[in-house]
Amino acid sequence: MQYIDIDAPGSNQLFIGNEAMARGALEAGIGWASAYPGTPSSEILGSLAEVAKKRGIYVEWSVNEKVAIEAGAAASYAGIRSLVAMKMNGLNVVIDFLSTIVLSGIGKKGLVLMVGDDPAAHSSSNETDSRPVSKWLDIPLVEPGDFQEAKDMIPYLYDISEEFGTICILRSVTRVAHARGNIRLGEIPKVVHKARFEQYFDPAAPMPTPIMCVPSSFRHMFQHMRLDKIREKFETSTYNKYVGPEKPDLLIVTSGSGWLYSQDAVNALKAENRIGILKLGTLWPLPEKLVKSCLSKADKVLFIEETDPFLEGVIMEFAAGFSPESKRNLFYGNHTRHLNSFGELTPDAVIKAITGVLDIPYAPRDADYMKKVEAVPQQYVMDRLLTFCPGCPHRASFWAIKNALAMDGRHGFVTGDIGCYSMALGPAGFFQTRTHQCMGAGAGLANGFGQLHRFGFDQPVVSVVGDSTFYHSIIPGLVNGVHNHSDFTLVILDNGATAMTGFQPHPGTELTAMGEPAAQISMENICRAIGARVEVCDPFDLKSTTRTMLSMIEQKEGARVAIMRRTCELVRQKKEEKPYKMKIDPEKCLGEDCGCNRLCTRVFRCPGLIWDPVAGKTKIDEVICNECGVCADICPEGAITREAVA
Amino acid sequence: MNKLAKDPINVVVAGVGGQGNVMVTLVLGNTLVHDGYFVTIGETYGASQRGGSVMSHLKISAEKQYSPLIPEGQADIVLGMEPVETLRVLKSYGNQNVVTVVNPRPIHAVDFTGSGAGYPDMRELLAQITGMSAKTYIVEATGEAQKLGNSMLANMILIGALIQTGLVTISREAIEKTIVDMFPKAVKENIAALSKGRELAAKQ
Repeated sequence: MQYIDIDAPGSNQLFIGNEAMARGALEAGIGWASAYPGTPSSEILGSLAEVAKKRGIYVEWSVNEKVAIEAGAAASYAGIRSLVAMKMNGLNVVIDFLSTIVLSGIGKKGLVLMVGDDPAAHSSSNETDSRPVSKWLDIPLVEPGDFQEAKDMIPYLYDISEEFGTICILRSVTRVAHARGNIRLGEIPKVVHKARFEQYFDPAAPMPTPIMCVPSSFRHMFQHMRLDKIREKFETSTYNKYVGPEKPDLLIVTSGSGWLYSQDAVNALKAENRIGILKLGTLWPLPEKLVKSCLSKADKVLFIEETDPFLEGVIMEFAAGFSPESKRNLFYGNHTRHLNSFGELTPDAVIKAITGVLDIPYAPRDADYMKKVEAVPQQYVMDRLLTFCPGCPHRASFWAIKNALAMDGRHGFVTGDIGCYSMALGPAGFFQTRTHQCMGAGAGLANGFGQLHRFGFDQPVVSVVGDSTFYHSIIPGLVNGVHNHSDFTLVILDNGATAMTGFQPHPGTELTAMGEPAAQISMENICRAIGARVEVCDPFDLKSTTRTMLSMIEQKEGARVAIMRRTCELVRQKKEEKPYKMKIDPEKCLGEDCGCNRLCTRVFRCPGLIWDPVAGKTKIDEVICNECGVCADICPEGAITREAVA
Repeated sequence: MNKLAKDPINVVVAGVGGQGNVMVTLVLGNTLVHDGYFVTIGETYGASQRGGSVMSHLKISAEKQYSPLIPEGQADIVLGMEPVETLRVLKSYGNQNVVTVVNPRPIHAVDFTGSGAGYPDMRELLAQITGMSAKTYIVEATGEAQKLGNSMLANMILIGALIQTGLVTISREAIEKTIVDMFPKAVKENIAALSKGRELAAKQ
């Protein structure tokens, strides 16, 4: 296996963008890295964790993003280059701290925040663009346009951070952070990290103490002065470049993923002689002189950027203030509907935007082929809805929750949270989840519903959260619920890992990010100490879990906790053989004639169970089935059997 | 590194979450980078890992770094790990010149089993795929992999078949080096699967 710290300067490697950033951090000589996992950012810390001990750096999966950035700032204050990583949802969690550290400043060593945005929300609950935070909170921000830049920008950003004493942000998007490309490696310096918190009271010292954000207006002014200096620095940055003819018919202004897409689109349209591209890597503060000189090259300007029209906004605002000798540009982009400010940017979207401004013909396929495309019957390519893995404990947990709520009969419902179990919005979890927002929101909502009995509300409320989510943002909700006598059941689906993002450890697991023994924090002890009734069950024991769930739902008052504990199937199968041999007795399976309405393939819907339309019976797909044994307990005819593997 | 007949060569690897789509693309990508090519890979991931349609875009160039997504209708090769997903990708990325390698082993979606529509008739499905490809290699990768003792070896069989088509220049040495790097505990099995894939494609 190859690690990101491979000692081969000058060699060419295939890295995903996140690994490139992590490599860049090693080449910058960082000593600290902390993060909370979230797609598309998780591999930054994950790949650093693999080499941390060897490279003498400290790497931590923190309980949540806010702790990650505050802990990372401490390293900077003590003279250690520090990296903090998160996805854009995490940025919301740390805004409060960011708004003060821009005023207080950092330590003697640099502090870089890497934020991974997820346009099209491939693996997210929203697709927020992080770039506006730079303008909003006065934080320098850069954005890599390819994989090499994802690496090279990191040492550059640490130098900026230290020269000007400010936190800096690197924003990446899924198609950079989570795509793979060639990286030419640099050298990893040997740094001896020595941490000490120097306490100078002299305001002229590199890091005067106390570290504070007052007097705020003065410090706000100071940050603006820093930004002006950084703007000068950015004017000559090699991460900003113009390519194309001196007098193009159209100037594209782009950044991030738009850089490679724009080149591909110009290439596909064979319009290299007509279109110039200004690619910006340092976005905020805006390198105004460079932008102004490029705007003078062309009358027409098209903004190509992913998600929000950020550059479109700041550049049009800037251009509106030009001196009268400047000619006026015609601007195209989101405000002219040539591009969307939602969903993912693609080469096709860029081609469409360009051909909407310049009259260039483009037909990707001939008419005969398009006829064949249109003739493909829809039922041959029907959508595959997402589902839990075969053998996933969540399917069994939601089966128990569904049956308990049905037996109770008062139209109870589930408030959901963020993780694999979000799929319980759909058939995977039998449509049990009725709310789905951000981490922790399910428990907060349950707190509210649980107080509405005074207004006639009589439905049971079940808040379902994951184990990592519990530590990240559920504990305050449970404290609130117990303290205020809110009436709800908290279900913690404890599968022993942050499964959705790649099985990272959390405070309940045995090992730290660096593979060292961790102090395991018992979730049941926390809940009991708060004063909640706690029951622990094995979701694969459907009968007992359903019974426990029903007794929890029927409890009249107070927040209570059911922990459904079973290891994530993807983790289990790496360590153990399959536990059972599953069989279906074709004599016992009555198919459509059974009164069960094909419970196993229409309702339970584990992908390991398939319907054989010829025989009119259920079959097991032996390539897919993980032989967990649960479905044997749902077949009313006992047609599905499990035999323990000796 | 050789200059390519067409630059870039666009490959789409199509399958269902859990089949090993990312791994297949990574094996090809690592091998090509060792040989000095520029490689860009874009993949669907995350929630799609769990039973959903997944695909990876692989662009190979002797000249420069391309973007990680292939435009509509611009695939040169489709490597199909599952027939419905192969047809889905051809609809979006196929064209009159595309070459398809397809594993005819279905993976039933919960929708197929639940809705009563059932999985499409395999012969008709393969006819659609063949009709939309300039050349189609039908490679019974899962069946052969099960004979070799592990259904996951289907992926290496498909890679072997792809190499045999000659559309992507990959030397035996380069791919074997990647196998040793990536699967040090299962070198023999993977090399056997690779040969099996070459053999199956050579017959077509």
